[in-house]
Amino acid sequence: MQKKDMGLTVLIILVGTIVYLRNPLFLSPINLGNTANLIGLFGLFAIGQGFVIMTGGIDLSVGSMIALLGVVFVDMVGKYGVPWPIAALITIGAGTLMGLAHGLLITRLKMQPFVVTLCGLLIYRGVARGYTGEATAGFPFGASYPQLEWLTIGRSFGVPHCFFAMVIVAVICWVVLHRSVFGRHLYAVGRNEDAARYSGIHTGRVITAAYVICAVLTSIAAIYFAMFTKSVQPSSHGNFYELYAIAAAVLGGFSLRGGEGSIVGVVLGAVLLQELQNLVNLLGIPSSLNFAVMGAVILLGVLADQQFNRYRARRRAQRTIQHHTTT
Amino acid sequence: MNSKPRLAPQPAPFLAMEAISKAYPGVVALADVSMTVQAGEVLGLIGENGAGKSTLMNILGGVIAPSSGRIVIGNVVYERLSVTESHAAGIAFVHQELNVFDNLDVAANIFLGREMQFGPLGLMDLKGMREAAKPLLARVGARFGPEARVLDLSLAERQLLEIAKALSTKARLVIMDEPTSSLTISETRTLMKVIVDLKAQGIAVIYISHRLGEIEECADRVVALRDGRVAGELARGEIRHDAMIRLMIGRDLKALYTPPSAPIGEVILSLNGVTTQAWPHARADLDVLAGEIVGVAGLVGAGRTELAEAIFGITPMLGGEILLDGKPFRARIPREAIDAGLYLVPEDRKRNGLVLESSVSDNIVLADLKSLSRQGIVSETRVRARAAAQRERLDIKAVNLSQVAAELSGGNQQKVVLAKWLSMRPRLIVFDEPTRGIDVGAKSEVYQLLRGLADAGVGVMMISSDMEEVIGVSDRIVVLREGRVQGSLQRAQLSEQSVLRLAVGAN
Repeated sequence: MQKKDMGLTVLIILVGTIVYLRNPLFLSPINLGNTANLIGLFGLFAIGQGFVIMTGGIDLSVGSMIALLGVVFVDMVGKYGVPWPIAALITIGAGTLMGLAHGLLITRLKMQPFVVTLCGLLIYRGVARGYTGEATAGFPFGASYPQLEWLTIGRSFGVPHCFFAMVIVAVICWVVLHRSVFGRHLYAVGRNEDAARYSGIHTGRVITAAYVICAVLTSIAAIYFAMFTKSVQPSSHGNFYELYAIAAAVLGGFSLRGGEGSIVGVVLGAVLLQELQNLVNLLGIPSSLNFAVMGAVILLGVLADQQFNRYRARRRAQRTIQHHTTT
Repeated sequence: MNSKPRLAPQPAPFLAMEAISKAYPGVVALADVSMTVQAGEVLGLIGENGAGKSTLMNILGGVIAPSSGRIVIGNVVYERLSVTESHAAGIAFVHQELNVFDNLDVAANIFLGREMQFGPLGLMDLKGMREAAKPLLARVGARFGPEARVLDLSLAERQLLEIAKALSTKARLVIMDEPTSSLTISETRTLMKVIVDLKAQGIAVIYISHRLGEIEECADRVVALRDGRVAGELARGEIRHDAMIRLMIGRDLKALYTPPSAPIGEVILSLNGVTTQAWPHARADLDVLAGEIVGVAGLVGAGRTELAEAIFGITPMLGGEILLDGKPFRARIPREAIDAGLYLVPEDRKRNGLVLESSVSDNIVLADLKSLSRQGIVSETRVRARAAAQRERLDIKAVNLSQVAAELSGGNQQKVVLAKWLSMRPRLIVFDEPTRGIDVGAKSEVYQLLRGLADAGVGVMMISSDMEEVIGVSDRIVVLREGRVQGSLQRAQLSEQSVLRLAVGAN
């Protein structure tokens, strides 16, 4: 675990302790289970966002994708009776295509990630609303899908399966980012795309892959969200979720310039964000202040991190001078 | 002026730095350095990287405060200078790392922060600034006008712009830090004229360069720094190449050229009528044989880098063909060139050669991770072993393999780039300005490495704008002008004149 992750863990425990002392319900099994569920849901696509931010890019279309793919999934299963495994594959396939489109527009046509995914945000949301005619997509009354429900909203030992899914995804992504050739290439591309290209790395492919990974994880999250809310209201479902993902990554030590961050970091970031949400509820702070609390904590967190980095850079500079004069 | 004997009672110097020391926690960057600069004098400041030149100049510029000592300018004594005081005292910098804004035009760059204004609203006087910029540009021999966008200027032209900017501040002392590292031969000539012109106006120049030939040509006096101390001083008559090197490194340096010890082999790579975007109507032909070092000389902008990049798959080839071992070869992306054993050590080390924020070991293995991994998972043990072996082989001076590349000196950074390729299986390596901005000691190590590669049967192509280097190191020199090969000179025919004649096309 890196120092940064340690710091974040300490912060999570600290906030948790304070909330617990003010309201012991914080550690009640029900509250912990519900929070774990939310951590799982938001963690899934925050990890994906991490891959994109690692390249120095950004994916703003996440929330709209969750709405559109949620609508599509619910309709396929509920309205057209498509067997859910096939519907899930189609949903994830559609997500993959969206990610591929983002990646290719950015790498081949040299468009800016912000612009491409901002357009994605608008288009997917618009299509979701247009397709449903603003109507809420839901499952027929009384319908039940035992296996699907077990996988998505089921619980074992009180732990929601969605949390397990997030942990499994995190472990896989940890190996990919921190142990694989692709991960090394991703770091190199994020830090210096030119030098990576001069070292024979297929930079375009690496960047496109990051957008595809993000979109695949987002489409998995979309299915989980749809099953969690049971009905998808196309104009509000998933609103601002991209910002939760970006916030989790930034809190977790990702730099929007790219080439910096870790899977453990982004997961911890997602945990902290949900803990803060929980704090607002449990401490009786008006829920309208929700965003304000979150924004303030992110601001302070990033500020503290930056000050720490500056301190480290100064020490590093001094070491450099030492090193130069001794050689 | 140069030939005059020194007069006994010297006039009071324009600038005197007295017993300057600068200590950082645990290290002394400068120890008791004293130095004077007379008005209208060109002082050559030499020393290896890390000798303290930059620290000393940053103290003059007001960026760093000295730990002890004092600075006297005219008759004002300073314990330390602020940036504003330094500026007001007439000290101007021409930095090696260019500080120009490429989204503005030339005139706007020259007057940045000191814009001329008119009218009650204080609107910018664009016309006035352009008029005022013209004579400044003429003085540095610039062939671009004040309206030119900096975006369109070459690296060399931007350097001239920086000098023009320094002139515009009515400087009395201009500090030039490696001003010619990106200049062509003729632009360097122009700069030398500018320096003579500055001297004539009583402006002093501190000239910092690793190119000792230029120091020899323009300096009235040389101060050498070594390990933060003044290693010695040379008067005009004593400024010679060997004397300067002795002061800088404290010993004599071996001759540059070492003849090949293995026989020259077959042709590895042939370029037949290769055309690049730089000169779409010119066709370049050249061969590189196994075991020889082919120098590629020419002016900046002659299309040398583009040729290298075309071989390596960075810039597209518009026409012609490349033969590798007699068979047609074309790399569309660098990976294809790398897989064929064709490597490029790029000109811009920091931008294209290294991932500065990554560790030494990550940089060394970056291009060859596939062979250090199983099923896509990198073996940390093999990475470490590979990196450690290369560090040993090239004597890379780093605290450890996890140190980030940005913290290394220029010479060691370049060694990291070389280590990346040497750990693989090179057939031919193109070195684009391999010793730019690195110190004398590291330079000679690079030259030995080139020779070692050639002796091992690797084709070596070395693009260099440093005349001394290209003549000193190459077995054969190919001179490029405007995208065409103007001629190929064998070792026996090499001289500065013969190369220059082909490069500029003069008769």
